[in-house]
Amino acid sequence: MKLLNQTNASAGVSTAKTISKRAMALKILALIATVVTLALIGGMMIFILIKGVPFINQSLFEVQYNSENQSLFSSVVDTVLMTVIALSIAGILGIGAAIYLAEYTHSQSKLVVSIRYAFETLAGIPSIIYGLFGMLLFVVYFKMGYSLLAGSLTLAIMCLPLVMRTTEEALLAVPTSYREGSLALGAGRLRTIFQIVLPAANPGIVSGLLLGVGRIMGETAALIFTAGTVAALPASLFSSVRTLSVHMYVLASEGLYIDKAYATAVVLLALVAVINVASWLMSARLERKNYGSA
Amino acid sequence: MNTAPTRDTIKRSLVGAPVPVNVSATNNVSTHTDNQQPTPITNPQSSIVIPNSVSPKSENHPNLSSENPTLSPQPLVPSETIHQSRITSLKEKIAQRVFASAALTSILCVALVCVFLIINAVPAIQTIGLWDFLTGTKWLPDQDQYGILPMIVGSFYVTGGAILIGVPIGVFAAVYLAYFCPSAIKRLIQPVITIASGVPSIIYGFFGLVVIVPWVQELFDTSGKGIITASILLAMMILPIVISVAQTSIEAVPQDYYEAALAVGASKERAVFWIILPAAKAGILAGIILGIGRAIGETMAVVMVIGNQAVMPANIFMGVRTLTANIVLEMGYAVDLHRDALIATALVLFVFILIINFLFSFIQNKSRSYQ
Amino acid sequence: MEAPRPESGDRIKFSEVNAYYGDFHALKEINLKIYHRQITALIGPSGCGKSTLLKSLNRMNDLIHGFRLTGRVTLDGEDIYRDFDVNSLRKRVGMVFQKPNPFPMSIRDNIVFGPKTHGVTNSKQLDEIVERALIQSALFDEVKDKLNKSAMALSGGQQQRLCIARALAIEPEVILMDEPTSALDPIATEKIEDTITELKDLYTIIIVTHNMQQARRISDRTAFFLLGELVEVRETHELFEDPQDKRTRAYIKGKFG
Repeated sequence: MKLLNQTNASAGVSTAKTISKRAMALKILALIATVVTLALIGGMMIFILIKGVPFINQSLFEVQYNSENQSLFSSVVDTVLMTVIALSIAGILGIGAAIYLAEYTHSQSKLVVSIRYAFETLAGIPSIIYGLFGMLLFVVYFKMGYSLLAGSLTLAIMCLPLVMRTTEEALLAVPTSYREGSLALGAGRLRTIFQIVLPAANPGIVSGLLLGVGRIMGETAALIFTAGTVAALPASLFSSVRTLSVHMYVLASEGLYIDKAYATAVVLLALVAVINVASWLMSARLERKNYGSA
Repeated sequence: MNTAPTRDTIKRSLVGAPVPVNVSATNNVSTHTDNQQPTPITNPQSSIVIPNSVSPKSENHPNLSSENPTLSPQPLVPSETIHQSRITSLKEKIAQRVFASAALTSILCVALVCVFLIINAVPAIQTIGLWDFLTGTKWLPDQDQYGILPMIVGSFYVTGGAILIGVPIGVFAAVYLAYFCPSAIKRLIQPVITIASGVPSIIYGFFGLVVIVPWVQELFDTSGKGIITASILLAMMILPIVISVAQTSIEAVPQDYYEAALAVGASKERAVFWIILPAAKAGILAGIILGIGRAIGETMAVVMVIGNQAVMPANIFMGVRTLTANIVLEMGYAVDLHRDALIATALVLFVFILIINFLFSFIQNKSRSYQ
Repeated sequence: MEAPRPESGDRIKFSEVNAYYGDFHALKEINLKIYHRQITALIGPSGCGKSTLLKSLNRMNDLIHGFRLTGRVTLDGEDIYRDFDVNSLRKRVGMVFQKPNPFPMSIRDNIVFGPKTHGVTNSKQLDEIVERALIQSALFDEVKDKLNKSAMALSGGQQQRLCIARALAIEPEVILMDEPTSALDPIATEKIEDTITELKDLYTIIIVTHNMQQARRISDRTAFFLLGELVEVRETHELFEDPQDKRTRAYIKGKFG
């Protein structure tokens, strides 16, 4: 009897130990995975910073572009212009559409559900497809040529699902009780939307727009054949322009100015960091606004 | 037995509340019957002049003084006039139309993309022949041969490689970050990953070109560009997204599960890997699907490190071309059938992504029905 | 000289009112008068239609998909469904909800939202309105130094009083209250009940409550509803001490709830 018990007991203990060992091994794997991730991603960023920062100097931002300074000035301006135009279009249409879906329609209706599903799917389409579409429709069919306008329109359509989705989510997250309170005071739907719902949803909407900015800034494939690659300030909406990402691509594939390529990469990384910080500040504001400050 | 909807002036004045002087027919005009005459009952004479005086206060409210108890002020909040309420409802109608047209335009824009793809691609596919298109192994536009199988295979291998490398690392890292990482270190790591998910793909591509390619070249004695390089690079690119989605879903598993596991004597590690991780399955799967989506749609980064030979790859060190690369490399100069074939390639890509999304929702619904 | 408002007299009248949510018959042949300067309580078990009745008075039910109402609901003789613009109606009939729902803005902004909607722009006037509304809802002393602080930082009871102030700021004639204290602790409840009692002199107040003791404490008349029907409506003390209908008797005795 005793022997049996002992055997069982020791068997039980050793099984527990083995299982625990397995779990510990997995934990170590998890740690390794994290280290690898950091090494790869952090390593990449540090590598670029190390190689690129030395080349950040005055000449990089000179107004006049020439093959010596490879000035980023025009690219930065082009990027800003492109972002502003594309986001304005996507923003107006997307926010308007989101308001309609969130405030004026019955959210369970089949129409709304299918619209939402369609946008959700379209948000996952690769940008090269939008680029192809933009080239064939705007550049060729509408004869805009490689231009700021064609590029902006393409990017606008690309960002539209994103902006609409994030705005709608932000609007739906606003508690119904706010709307009820406002309507019960005699405010009417329009006033309720603009004075109560939109301000409350604002941080979420801006977050979505910032995501759009990030997407636009990182976009290359959709722009090469819609906005072209001319490194200059645009004379008009129909001038070809080169954004920072496209500039980066040109430098990298030509392989002639690798040091400038690193510098451009640093500038791009810096911009991404700025956007992230802005986005983080935005969500902190949302917390404070909806849960009260001391 | 209705009397005028005015207030008892004197009593009211004692408590400092306003007396609406102009409670006119405006209150009672309906939006439907505009020519309804205001009834005398509801239209008190303007001879009820209540001067604009200081609001007298009530004895109920000690912090208010009492002066002029017989006078009371004009109402501070006037009732809407007919004019105002008609304007408001007109504004409302216009606003609704405006928002509706924004919605309609948005839908049209995105529908345009789909329609455009289909209209241009289908004739091309018909000309080339669907079977030949999808299974042809030779892509030679000058010779009118348009088989995209090498590209399909290329996309497939590269995406598969990225998933094989990236998902295990990503999921395990997510587990570590969610449950085992000391919070001081976590606060440092978290922003790095968030920023990484926003880094433009061109930077990844550049990094791949200047670091990974030479490394592979040295290590394996090949040209450096090929499926393996692209897989490693894409794995890096999908890591942030896999980690953040997986981490969110792991952290979303109710604390109760964890505590219950500990309560029966399981170690922390056991609880996490045997109980929590399986419970977060659905979310982790979502992250994987997102990663697949990103990998298969990636163009620029891949183009720079993959060689882009439109041939069927014999091994993972060979260069190959993906569907996306195929489009971007030739769209600048393709014409006629060649161009339409590129659009058809885009359509095939689109369909693949739709299938992946569909599979995903299918799996999600199924796993939900188990819960 | 204007005709003074009577000390009492019916202001609101329901005549043969039926209400439906889709196919569900929520209110059945309601005939009810509500008198001025009284607190009328609507009591009854869950789902009996009292909230529906309340929300019919400021047409908040219009927001619900599939809602339909037949019969006449009149305020001072005018049919509120046919003779009124809905926003003007809601200026005259204010509402306080079950769960306090201040806007995520400052206390002052919460209160001036209503008056601004109805055309008041002068900031001095707005300040007066804010002060008066807060005094009437017994909140002024507690918040007078922090009018620009967020309303979300207030306690539940304070938030509810803020909502009452917000409703008072538009100078309504009728105030509807949908279980205003059910989400609050007993102390806050007491404060609010005191506030409501003080408001009685100026407004017509209708309060839906689940709490019979509350109805007994503060209301002048009580109406008992069951399954969409108005079973009995009388002076409060008469209803509770000597109910005529046996269903009322059963409810009051706690036989069901």
